[in-house]
Amino acid sequence: MNLLIGILQGLTAGNLLQTDRGRTFWMPPQGSTGASSVDNVFDLIFWISMFFFALIVIVMVVFVFRYRARGRELDSKPGVPKHNFRLELAWTIIPLLIVIGIFYVGLRGFLDMAVPPANAYEVQVTAQRWKWLFTYPNGYVDENLHVPVGRPIQLVMTSEDVIHSFFVPDFRLKMDVVPGRYSKTWFEAKNPGQHQIFCTEYCGTGHSDMLASVVVHEPGGFERWLEDAADFIENLPPAEAGQMLYQQRGCAQCHSVDGRAGIGPTLKGIFGQTHPMQDGSSVTVDEDYIRESILDPQAKVVAGYQPVMPTFQGKLKDKEITVIIAYIKSLTDSGGEQEEG
Amino acid sequence: MSSYQSNAGHAEAGANYLNHSHGLRSWFLTLDHKRIGILYLVSILTAFLLGGIFALLVRTELWTPAETIMDADTYNKLFTLHGAVMIFLFIIPGIPAALGNFVLPLMLGAKDVAFPRLNLASWYLYLIGALFSLYSIATGGVDTGWTFYTPYSTETNTSVASITLGVFILGFSSIFTGINFIVTIHKLRPRSMTWFRMPLLLWALYATAIIQVLATPVLGITVLLLFLEKTLGIGIFNPALGGDPVLYQHFFWFYSHPAVYIMILPAMGVISELFTTFSHRPIFGYRFIAYSSIAIAVISFLVWGHHMFTSTQSGLVNTIFSFLTFLVAIPSAIKVFNWLATMYKGSLTFQTPMLYALSFLFLFGIGGLTGLFLGALATDVHLHDTYFIVAHFHYVMFGGVVIAFLGGLHYWWPKIFGRMYNETWGKISALLVFIGFNVTFFNQFVMGSQGMPRRYYNYVDQYTSYHQYSTVGSYLLGFAFLIMAVYLLHSLFRGAKAESNPWGGPTLEWECASPPPHENFAETPQVGEAYDFSGIEYDPETDSYKKRRAVPSAPPPPTS
Ligand code: HEC
Ligand SMILES: [Cu+2]
Repeated sequence: MNLLIGILQGLTAGNLLQTDRGRTFWMPPQGSTGASSVDNVFDLIFWISMFFFALIVIVMVVFVFRYRARGRELDSKPGVPKHNFRLELAWTIIPLLIVIGIFYVGLRGFLDMAVPPANAYEVQVTAQRWKWLFTYPNGYVDENLHVPVGRPIQLVMTSEDVIHSFFVPDFRLKMDVVPGRYSKTWFEAKNPGQHQIFCTEYCGTGHSDMLASVVVHEPGGFERWLEDAADFIENLPPAEAGQMLYQQRGCAQCHSVDGRAGIGPTLKGIFGQTHPMQDGSSVTVDEDYIRESILDPQAKVVAGYQPVMPTFQGKLKDKEITVIIAYIKSLTDSGGEQEEG
Repeated sequence: MSSYQSNAGHAEAGANYLNHSHGLRSWFLTLDHKRIGILYLVSILTAFLLGGIFALLVRTELWTPAETIMDADTYNKLFTLHGAVMIFLFIIPGIPAALGNFVLPLMLGAKDVAFPRLNLASWYLYLIGALFSLYSIATGGVDTGWTFYTPYSTETNTSVASITLGVFILGFSSIFTGINFIVTIHKLRPRSMTWFRMPLLLWALYATAIIQVLATPVLGITVLLLFLEKTLGIGIFNPALGGDPVLYQHFFWFYSHPAVYIMILPAMGVISELFTTFSHRPIFGYRFIAYSSIAIAVISFLVWGHHMFTSTQSGLVNTIFSFLTFLVAIPSAIKVFNWLATMYKGSLTFQTPMLYALSFLFLFGIGGLTGLFLGALATDVHLHDTYFIVAHFHYVMFGGVVIAFLGGLHYWWPKIFGRMYNETWGKISALLVFIGFNVTFFNQFVMGSQGMPRRYYNYVDQYTSYHQYSTVGSYLLGFAFLIMAVYLLHSLFRGAKAESNPWGGPTLEWECASPPPHENFAETPQVGEAYDFSGIEYDPETDSYKKRRAVPSAPPPPTS
């Protein structure tokens, strides 16, 4: 009997008696306060579906055996019913009531998740091919979403290019991120830990690599992390700070540091080199050229590449550009050593 | 015993639509709905083969995360083409234009469709549309997904413009077929064939035709706008040009949701025919089934927003669409219960088409019930755009439509080609299709609810075993189709000659010879009650059924 209950619980999303749980057969762990209400709706529909499916299959199997013809000669059975208004009305009305019930339950679960509480902590989310950027109230930008545990977080999201969709399975949370408008969603993480973020609106070559994590900090840990992180330009040697920015701001999406060409040219060893441009001229890579490449990428387009690099005008501060330049320089100075990007 | 009588007797012995005239011209310029049906059949099966190969390549790539046999861009093109080819070139025209073209006039008791030239034109449009798609593949392919969502589709430099023109043209092909069927059913019914004596497949095709005629123009306009935006840079959907990308989704789904019913309604019509024939008793609840087809056609226009619950659409709009979505489940449920009831007290026989009908109930049951998870707002937010959706629509599109198509193909095969196929191999491959399909897709429900997003080239390790299981299933499925191709081709050349009514079917097409004569019926048939099995008797000598006509059918009621 216990085994049976165990199996049944394993089959449904939530354990019927528990409110907090890990991964089950159907569902990932419940990482947010909203997850369990979604799972309850899932369970309800699951059992209703199981009931009707079992009904259909059992009736089908019984009829198949009970009424199979013996040989090809057909016994004509008089009085085969051709219709039965009451019965048919019953199997119209009863399912109708049931689905209206499901509609209602689904709606309630949805409304719970639709309206963020008033005291929510706000993080700006910017999606771009193929990268998530999370901007905190103090202006610091990170490639992962760091949040404090037990506090509602509101996300205000927009896209730089095509439509993306922000999906955290453990939170049962999904919302499209659309260029030209802001979409909002919210959650409250239940426990410290990490959760996977996926992009679920198809966005091209790197769609399936457009991943990030939600990092849920212990109480108090988040504020400390944010303070340290925000000061990394001051706290770290310039080249290292530059490397972090190179990762966080999505340069790595298009530029390798190991010599392989990607969507953009590799940045390995370019400092001091002379490059042919599309218009036939050539340019020697120095600090000013890199600065111009970042702020006005289309001014000089490297031969053999599409002019697809977005401008970082207004998105990178001077201080940040300076350390990125330091990082790119470091890729030339010492050859192999700093290739861990 | 009174004499056996059938319309077949009137045709000259051996003369039929296949040998009525000869040469390529007689096929490519034919106005015979039966030959046009065959042209369609060959075309859509070719498309199915192509789409199937794309699917197997996609599944093979997913054997491991990251690269297995191809790079990300190739993968993105392949899943796009798999979807576009299967939907626009196979499933949408599959039952109506191929099988429907062949059997609709026969079932109705008519000599042809109302506009034979329009019918031929629709096939040529189909062909041109298909060539546009081939052209797009040849010139680098398309990587947008079959939904062509903006602004991705306006920005990508793959062959989106030519494929959208292809879709535009295919839309007209579909509209032509729809118009033709509507007019045929209204105008060419014999006097005694009243609305409520029509076989249920005709109700289904009628409802389908209404959707084709009303919804397809919206698709045409949408892809045309997309084409204009892409080629002339007019800002309609692209926010960079001042457009609205979500508007595109509304337009697209305004057609594409009803299109789901363009696909499934005819399938349900076929299933109604199969259940009544192989139960050898009248269908249960004729009127409920007929009305439910119309109900589906109407409600299907009002549910498109359920594809957009996470699209930033407002909460109120989500609520309304969720509600309407649940309503559209009811007519489908009614049909399922009526099919079950049709087996009650029947004399069931289990030839290949019936195996498909039973497997339809099972698979469409799962496809329909999992739709409940997606209609409910709270769960849809989690499941949207994951493999749960992929599994759900394959259960409906493949488990429903393709299975019904295969059932119909095996059911009418003897009528179309005048030859039987090997029943044993038919059953074996039906069983393998059923098993292969479930192995491929069932675990995708679990993978999806565990969070695996769709259209992913690369994936997190956690999902590897689910993917490998699916891939093995897809090979099994491919193998089952290989068997089918072999015994069907064998039947074409070597199959035993088919009698006019090998299954004991009660509808008019079983009264003409197999294959039918050029003009279908020598005289306008007299039609009695729908699905009247009285007088259909087994004839052991020919291993088929004969209809004994005792008294002429009663005159029709004045109106209905
Ligand atoms: C969407 C892809 C993309 C992103 C993101 C991107 N770039 Fe580029 N980048 C390119 C392409 C393509 C080129 C070559 C064409 C051109 O010069 O505009 C390029 C050129 C450059 C060049 C000139 C290279 C040379 O060999 O002359 C530099 C320097 C550069 N990028 C730095 C950066 C930095 C720093 C970042 C991050 C802040 C960044 N890029 C982000 C695509 C990108
Ligand atoms: Cu994306």
